[in-house]
Amino acid sequence: MAEAKKYPAPVTNPETAPFWEAAKSGKFMIKRCTACGEAHYFPRSICPFCFSDKTVWEESSGEGTIYTYSLMRKSPTGPYAIGYVTLKEGPSVQTNFVDCDLEKLKIGQKVKVVFKPTDGAPLPFFTPV
Amino acid sequence: MTIKGKAYIAGIYEHPTRHAPDKSTAQLHAEVAKGAIEDAGLTKDDIDSYFLAGDAPGGAWPMVDYLGLNTKKLRHIDSTETGGCSYLIHLGHAAEAIAAGKCSVALITLAGKPRTGAMPPRAAGAEVDFESAYGATTHNAYGMCAMRHMHDYGTTSEQLAWIKVAASHHAQYNPHAMLKDVVTVEDVLNSPMISDPLHRMDCCVVSDGGGALIVTTPEIAKSLKKPLVRLIGHGEAMKGPRGGKDLDLTYSAGVWSGPRAFEEAGITPKDIKYASIYDSFTITVLMQLEDLGFCKKGEGGKFVADGNLISGVGKLPFNTDGGGLCSNHPVNRGGMTKIIEAVRQLRGEAHPKVQVPNCDLAIAHGTGGLLGVRHAASTCIMERV
Repeated sequence: MAEAKKYPAPVTNPETAPFWEAAKSGKFMIKRCTACGEAHYFPRSICPFCFSDKTVWEESSGEGTIYTYSLMRKSPTGPYAIGYVTLKEGPSVQTNFVDCDLEKLKIGQKVKVVFKPTDGAPLPFFTPV
Repeated sequence: MTIKGKAYIAGIYEHPTRHAPDKSTAQLHAEVAKGAIEDAGLTKDDIDSYFLAGDAPGGAWPMVDYLGLNTKKLRHIDSTETGGCSYLIHLGHAAEAIAAGKCSVALITLAGKPRTGAMPPRAAGAEVDFESAYGATTHNAYGMCAMRHMHDYGTTSEQLAWIKVAASHHAQYNPHAMLKDVVTVEDVLNSPMISDPLHRMDCCVVSDGGGALIVTTPEIAKSLKKPLVRLIGHGEAMKGPRGGKDLDLTYSAGVWSGPRAFEEAGITPKDIKYASIYDSFTITVLMQLEDLGFCKKGEGGKFVADGNLISGVGKLPFNTDGGGLCSNHPVNRGGMTKIIEAVRQLRGEAHPKVQVPNCDLAIAHGTGGLLGVRHAASTCIMERV
């Protein structure tokens, strides 16, 4: 079962530490550039679009839709579904889908963020709404 | 400035092994280097430039020393690492260096043993904490591309299967191929699902082995005995999620590397007589054929169906050695063998059953990294003189 799966703790670094701090209180953060207005993920200090350093943290709704997925049928830790979720705020994020029937996933399906514990900060995953 | 016609591929060698537990990785590099140097009719001391990627143990210093390259003569080194397409990029870079007068005889090697033992994990980038836990592997990263391609364009598993069927038709004539049996669309669809929607037979083999090239000046090539094959166009490119904006996994960086190569060569996809297309998975081939302009985006499924990639049957003979899907996939990197089979076709040295008649223009194209995550692509267009 997914509950038994052990996930690695994020190493974190000075650039991304605020993301993991927020994750501890269940908040899923993205970065937005105040110069060009674009949101991005994973978070960078300098905007990957306009290269401005005027980027700020923003709490994401944690809601989005499945852009694509693939169900890995076998692995040392059992089957898992990897995919991308396109957030309401725009950016697409790589993730695993959890707490659901993996056989019934569909492109376009609505999903929301859910955090799973590690030995360090919790990790974001997505589950069908 | 262009590299068009300024560099010739004078030597090729593909290691016949598919499983080499009795050899070292450095030894395999030396064996393929020796094979390519002898194929060209040159000697080790003629080498004045060496190109290697992440598969070469220890990188440039240890490899140059181990091979015993002539360091009084060696004057150009390039260790560009872009996964499976590294060697296509090396070929382009060798041509650039030769055109600029920086070297005259370049050696490019690839070798390794992933069938004997697991390869070391690739180095992590800035994305590590945001991706590594999710278990992206080759299978599921390409599965994600195939899933979205099917969603957007109606591509089917049957159409993907035709790519494996074509490869198997060619592999039956390759005595070194790992999988020599001709398979059907039904065989592919009935093979176990590995990572949806890719079946086992949509996946390439895992093999030990390697290959090497000698690239040289027009003058030196013309002094040797092999049929003359020259590079006339080259392109390279990269693609990734780039902050997650407008994610589109239905196309690869080939949409940029391909046109760059065709423009330099001054030809179009219609002129190509033979295509080596990296086939880590069936979907890799389908997307790259679209990206290179052999058909429109979304029409790859129709293009590959009904044997259109089979030599002597279809319009675009591809991977006539059986490719990664059936012959080999040394070091989990397909770029080198793609170049080698294209040169064989241009020389007229392919197996008679798969040799394309009057093959004077060929393309070799590949990607490196993970198509569904971030990757590089490189395109080489070659001409028989």
